[in-house]
Amino acid sequence: MRYEKPQTVAEAARLLSAEKGVARILAGGTDMLVQMKSGMVEPDLLVDIKALPGTRTIVKEAGGFRIGAGVSGAQLSEDADLKAAWPGVVEAANLIGSTQVQGRCTMVGNLCNASPAADSVPALVAAGAKVRVAGRGAGRDVAVEEIPAGPGKTKLKKGEFITSVFLPARGARCADAYLRFIPRTEMDIAVASAAVNLSLDEKGVIKDARVALGAVAPTVVLCEPAAKAIIGTRLDDAALEKLAAACSAAAKPIDDKRGSVEYRKDVVGVLAKRAARIAYTRAGGQK
Amino acid sequence: MSVTVSTTVNGDSVDFVCAPDETLLDALRGRLGLTGAKEGCGTGDCGACSVTLNGRLVCSCLVLAVEAEGQEIATVEGMAAGETLHPLQRAFIDHAALQCGICTPGILVAAKALLEKTPDPSDEEVRYWLAGNLCRCTGYDKIVRAVQAAAAEMRRA
Repeated sequence: MRYEKPQTVAEAARLLSAEKGVARILAGGTDMLVQMKSGMVEPDLLVDIKALPGTRTIVKEAGGFRIGAGVSGAQLSEDADLKAAWPGVVEAANLIGSTQVQGRCTMVGNLCNASPAADSVPALVAAGAKVRVAGRGAGRDVAVEEIPAGPGKTKLKKGEFITSVFLPARGARCADAYLRFIPRTEMDIAVASAAVNLSLDEKGVIKDARVALGAVAPTVVLCEPAAKAIIGTRLDDAALEKLAAACSAAAKPIDDKRGSVEYRKDVVGVLAKRAARIAYTRAGGQK
Repeated sequence: MSVTVSTTVNGDSVDFVCAPDETLLDALRGRLGLTGAKEGCGTGDCGACSVTLNGRLVCSCLVLAVEAEGQEIATVEGMAAGETLHPLQRAFIDHAALQCGICTPGILVAAKALLEKTPDPSDEEVRYWLAGNLCRCTGYDKIVRAVQAAAAEMRRA
């Protein structure tokens, strides 16, 4: 295996496209090194992207936040402005692994590892986040929900990689929240999860919403019927029931030892209701 | 293929040669003779290999040795000042917060990182912070008590 730590995006793209064997990206390494150790992947080339400009920083851009692909969960938790604007995204990213894992794990890595149960991904999708994809040609911005193709697979082409994720600007009366269910209290993988991002008008009526579900399908689910169920409401009980029903209907989970299909479908609706209540309260809505 | 790495460990400049896919844990133990960090699971679940990388708590089994180039590593070997144990090390002995000792170096390094950030943690904060450090013999009560005793002593100092 060759290890390279390029200083520019162009050089990283050149290395990745020129490699004839298996090439992989190294950022936080918390999934990559485990896969290498287990023999799941045997890279011929490992490209460490942490020396590329902007990969280790959170920068304000157009009122939003550009977060480098090498920014750790711990770094996210220490950025007060980011936490205030996108509490749901930060809480989702901070649920990944232990303190030690938080010291290294990244949201872009979480996305590219493409686990259906990735915690930060539903929160990013609900937030309307976009990733910047680099490659041989010009970079392009892609919605987060367009990246996962299935368990362990992304739609990125050979030689392409993500350099940053962008969270848009926040107006007044906006908030997000993320909840997952795990059988333990810490250090576990979501059985089902839900992220809700919403904005309110002056009267506390929901103007806009995005609802995303995790661990209930091969990829993250952006659930538009669930958003429609709460837009135009003050999150009354009837709206919450419609929201839950829409989430349960959109869920296409697997049956395994961690949860049955029926259980996951039910729980994802409950989580969406609770996440919606948290987001609503955070946005300043009164019930 | 091998790579030469120049890094700083516990304040000392060190150079070593390693394979590009070698973990920092293997380099610390095998190349530098620093056997305080232990390999428990090798997959970032148990925390026995905890070290800090530029002050940030990490599992050294999930860091490549080549990534240490130009960075600062701190391990349990750097905690005591000569013969004088760190307050956490003394508290672990005083409170019998260890039995077999395999998890102890990782817990000491992790607890030190906690107290630098949060000098007066609640028991819950200690437990959450140390959730990635598994102990299979003592149980966690004595560990939490030892961390709190050390924290109290360090606040008085």
